[in-house]
Amino acid sequence: MRLPGPALRQVLGETLSELAGKDPKIVVLDGDVGSSTGGAAVETAHPERYLQTGIGEQNMVAMAAGLATVGFVPFITTFACFAVARALDSIRVLVAQPGLPVTIVGGYAGLLTGMTGKTHQIFNDVAIMRSLASMTVIAPADQIETRQVIERLAALDGPAYVQITREPSSAIFDEDYRFEVGRAVTVRHGHDLVLISTGVQTTRVVDAAELLAERGVSAAVLHCPTIKPIDETSLVEAALGAELVVTVEEQSVLGGLGGAVAEVLADKALVPVKRLGIQDCYGESGPNEALLEKYRLSAARVADDVEQLLSTIHSRNEPAIERSRLDDD
Amino acid sequence: MSASVEEADLRTLACDARETVLRAVANARGGHLGGPLSAVDLLIALYFGVLRIRPEEPTWPERDRFVLSKGHSSVALYAVMALRGYFPLEEVMTFDAINSRLQGHPDMTALPGLDMSTGSLGLGFSAGVGIALGAQLKGSGFTTFVMLGDGECNEGTVWEGAHVAHRYRLDNLVAVVDQNGLQQFGWLDPSTGRRVPPYVGAELADRWRAFGWRVLEADGHDLRTLPAVLQDAREGSGAPTVVVARTVKGKGVSFMEGDYSWHSRVPTSDELARALGEIDVTRRTPERVP
Repeated sequence: MRLPGPALRQVLGETLSELAGKDPKIVVLDGDVGSSTGGAAVETAHPERYLQTGIGEQNMVAMAAGLATVGFVPFITTFACFAVARALDSIRVLVAQPGLPVTIVGGYAGLLTGMTGKTHQIFNDVAIMRSLASMTVIAPADQIETRQVIERLAALDGPAYVQITREPSSAIFDEDYRFEVGRAVTVRHGHDLVLISTGVQTTRVVDAAELLAERGVSAAVLHCPTIKPIDETSLVEAALGAELVVTVEEQSVLGGLGGAVAEVLADKALVPVKRLGIQDCYGESGPNEALLEKYRLSAARVADDVEQLLSTIHSRNEPAIERSRLDDD
Repeated sequence: MSASVEEADLRTLACDARETVLRAVANARGGHLGGPLSAVDLLIALYFGVLRIRPEEPTWPERDRFVLSKGHSSVALYAVMALRGYFPLEEVMTFDAINSRLQGHPDMTALPGLDMSTGSLGLGFSAGVGIALGAQLKGSGFTTFVMLGDGECNEGTVWEGAHVAHRYRLDNLVAVVDQNGLQQFGWLDPSTGRRVPPYVGAELADRWRAFGWRVLEADGHDLRTLPAVLQDAREGSGAPTVVVARTVKGKGVSFMEGDYSWHSRVPTSDELARALGEIDVTRRTPERVP
């Protein structure tokens, strides 16, 4: 359906190298996976600014905090699972609580981690990180957005977490696109329901919306790259007049984008909210296409599930009939 | 800059710090005592004899950095900082109070003069490695001192950081281990019923040496020798330096010394009076060698 573009990890390495060339304060810390995360490009371009800290994530994050206190702008690069789950206490106590300008780059984010399986897949990194006060949480969709996200985070005066994926990904934005921290953007208009997504899943959701259109369903797609602070205004505007809001993410349905959207829209009580994504389970290794099918994140599976949700909503919208049937029982 | 203070005055200051620690913890009805009391002399030696700092300008960019990685000894740091002129000594009595700048564990966002927030053991040391690496990258001449406990050296992140500090040849980094021989609870020695020290004999010094660090050993209560040892530690020699300082947990109060249960016990008013009495005797007995 789409031609694959460069992997976001490649864009990460290129962007960090450029930034390091312009700004002597930028340093990149690597937990021995630079050849995987894209960070290795910085070692080539600016070896003095590439800080290899070995296989020790708690120490790496704490060192970044120390570097930030003496004026550096550190980017931590490792796999999302280790950055978040293994180094969480360093993040909590030394980065989030003091509010230091450290960006934690969670590489190999989501389901597609290069056949590594459940130890290297983390589906609740967004949920964990957005529950830390002072933390900004971002999941860019494509190469255009990733470049701008990294540039913005280099100038952000506070802690941030950004998901970067492993696999080649298609562009959905053009060069005119302007990313802003905390702003969601409508990437497709529609009038029956609103699909809200984040990260590279947005591309598959846009494709799912195309499939739904072929079946006579008009779905808007709101891309929400910043999961914290969430764009409440855009969420409420998008939900107004829709009969259903569906969140879709390459994350657990517990506490991630779906949780964030549900929290906002529950307060407003505007519209039913359904959450698609990985259920409350761990992952496994397998080819990418097979994983996306099994965990129902491919465009086709998302389209099927959204259609199913719509039919459920439609049947619920006939409560009088349901009640009369119950009365007969 | 570092103050030039006579050894006799350092000992008086140490007594003042211990008195302040005891009063603050009793007043707050919470906090820690054993670790702060073992650390007092090291902190006095650092703040009055070694650290290049400007209390009136706590964010002076070229200041030496100090990270209290054993953050539960915060009250001792507050007492010493107050004596050094960072804030009024009376403020130490707000320790642990609601809205106080003097939090149970050091909070750099609350109190100017703290170079890192600490409290989760091991992490302050790793942050210190980052600070020292930053100084090396920038070509800044300051030294980073980090104080750890010997129990704290249980934490794996200490050894992750020790490895990286050696790899980068951070000879602008000094770790000071307050080796008071007890941790909060630790292991039981069934034969004696006492608690086993975190590291026995030369174990701790040997571990640091094995990680490529230059190791200096010191009596952590001898204010005649401590400033010189700590000065020696900051003289770069191509490797990071650790000062393994032998101390006594609860130092200065006979009934607290060497008793792990005073790690975080609050004295009764009677115990406080007895403790302050002992401190007072020490203060009036200049010939008494610590």
